[in-house]
Amino acid sequence: MMKAITILIFIILLCTPVFILAGEAEDKGMEIATQRKIHDQGWGDSSAEMIMTLRNKSGQKSIREIRIKSLEVIDDGDKGLTIFDRPLDVKGTAFLSFSHPLGNDDQWLYLPALKRVKRISSKNKSGPFMGSEFAYEDLSSFEIEKYSYKYLADENCGDKSPQPINLPDVVLQKSSPANKTVDKFSVDKSPQHKCFKVENTPLYKHSGYTKIISWIDQQEYRVYKAEYYDRKKSLLKTLTFSNYQQYKNKFWRADQYKMINHQTGKSTDLDWKNYQFSIGLSDKDFNKNTLKRIR
Amino acid sequence: MFLQLCRIMALLIILPSLSNAFEFNGKVGVSTMLFQHAPLYKSQHQQYASVLSELEFYHDWNNAQDSLLFKPYARIDQHDNERSHFDIRELMWLHAGDDWELRTGIGKVFWGVNESNHLVDIINQDDQVDDINGEPKLGQPMINLSLIRDWGIVDLFILPGFRERTFPGEEGRLRGFLAVDTDHAEYESSAAEKHVDFALRWSHSMGDYDIGLSYFQGTDRDPHYKLKINSHGVPKLIPYYDQINQFSVDFQATFDGWLWKLEAIKRKDEFDDFAAVSGGFEYTINGIMDSSSDLGIIAEYSWDERGDRGINQFQNDMMFGLRLGFNDAQSTEILAGWMQYLDYSDLRSFQIEANRRIGENWKLLLDLRFFSEHKLNPIGQDDHLQITLERYF
Repeated sequence: MMKAITILIFIILLCTPVFILAGEAEDKGMEIATQRKIHDQGWGDSSAEMIMTLRNKSGQKSIREIRIKSLEVIDDGDKGLTIFDRPLDVKGTAFLSFSHPLGNDDQWLYLPALKRVKRISSKNKSGPFMGSEFAYEDLSSFEIEKYSYKYLADENCGDKSPQPINLPDVVLQKSSPANKTVDKFSVDKSPQHKCFKVENTPLYKHSGYTKIISWIDQQEYRVYKAEYYDRKKSLLKTLTFSNYQQYKNKFWRADQYKMINHQTGKSTDLDWKNYQFSIGLSDKDFNKNTLKRIR
Repeated sequence: MFLQLCRIMALLIILPSLSNAFEFNGKVGVSTMLFQHAPLYKSQHQQYASVLSELEFYHDWNNAQDSLLFKPYARIDQHDNERSHFDIRELMWLHAGDDWELRTGIGKVFWGVNESNHLVDIINQDDQVDDINGEPKLGQPMINLSLIRDWGIVDLFILPGFRERTFPGEEGRLRGFLAVDTDHAEYESSAAEKHVDFALRWSHSMGDYDIGLSYFQGTDRDPHYKLKINSHGVPKLIPYYDQINQFSVDFQATFDGWLWKLEAIKRKDEFDDFAAVSGGFEYTINGIMDSSSDLGIIAEYSWDERGDRGINQFQNDMMFGLRLGFNDAQSTEILAGWMQYLDYSDLRSFQIEANRRIGENWKLLLDLRFFSEHKLNPIGQDDHLQITLERYF
């Protein structure tokens, strides 16, 4: 995969003058996507906790708590294990996923009351995740093969770009000794971001979107904002990422995701905590048996 | 009685805030069954109320390589003494090695893929008095070694001790003319309920396919019945548990929105040597009518070589079902099923199961069941609505 990407970049660089005539925007889009992938490659395995806050139009809240373990798979989509802690009636439910960039994912759901592991259809990547405004496909790993690309413009990421945390005490507290795997805990302090505005067109036939416009910063290739357009090509949702933290001196993860559905007025916030990398997960931690005993 | 139970429940809701040494969770619930028709037998009633409690104590150590789970369950029914019962659903020590797991204690295991007929699932006995839908199971004593290999998972089971099926008592509905006498069960094996059973299973996932092959040897979970007259001249229905050998296969293919399912068994018991098959599909349409709801269409056919000789209700039957998942914040779900007995066109049943979360910690469940009146159906008069409210903590 790395080799293929290197060759791809080499070809892109080599052929740039020729491509200026045709598909320049597409090539630049592809180059940005490739850089985005390279900037986040080699993270290996990770775990994190997440609190999901669902809000309806009248502001009524509903809380979900989940934990996620992930394993990077170089030549394919990643593997993921999701454990539900809240609401309490689904506590102990666990979800195992082997994702594939273009085909259907392999997914199993463990129902603790029945002790049953159910293989489930993954066609519904566009369906809501736990009744939230996030679809399954919004939360799956970024793979180059999932989209075709078109570079649109350079834009400032705007006022809504992340607010840097300037309280080092808080940061130190967060980086507790138990969290040994975080080599360096740096905070994004740049006041303004120059972003690439890129149009992504999903190639997966069951995607719920006709296009996704994303804003990706030009230094670190982090996504700051994404606009999702539904099958009728009208704006459906806007996702903003904030409070990016860097782990292992390389990998950036946003602590907060905020998804707003413009058509229903509902929103969902994701607040991430306890990101840990290189905790020694392997294929053995992602099978039907671990699904049954995970807590 | 009820007041006392309410006090215990109140205590159980307060308790978790006091404990932090280990995990404590559970649910308590109140439930009522409302029968449409007056009872056929005079000891029965038309309305039943019950309370239930399922607690879960969990502790792990050794970096979660070892864990202990204790899950007691109890239901107290207003009328039916048999439905008022206590069971240890789980009391399990789990040790997880690198590529193996050992479970020692009392637990529950599910095998299979089908919705209507759980043909292959055999480790645990049905807690039939708790619910007739086949989902509640009695805790089974076991030693289970799991070996996790690249070519699949191998499970070995030693099952010391047998659990008798639960049945409604004299005052309970959903039974025939005679209540099953669970105090005088008979066995083929001289070891009776102490017979040690054995099971072996291999299961594996290969791309779109999930497959399981199993073998079981021991006491039949499905009893046969004997009519006996006791010393007072009263007729009694006695459950009789014979010894069986069973090979089984369960298979699912998952293509896009289609789930294709098959379960089959070959069983040799004291009276027969027979095969039974059950299979079908579930097809899910996502986002019906521009909503975020999913509609699943289920069809399953079951066949049993014994036909009318069999004790199994699934002899030549078709089940059609619709599953509506709203994908909303309350996780609302409705499952409707129609079971048609093909050998008897006027024998069928129909049921709707619906559930929805209320607030963060409550859940409301509705079960509506209709049975056709037929000479072969002992519960033809027992159409009912069951309403259950559960509180999780």
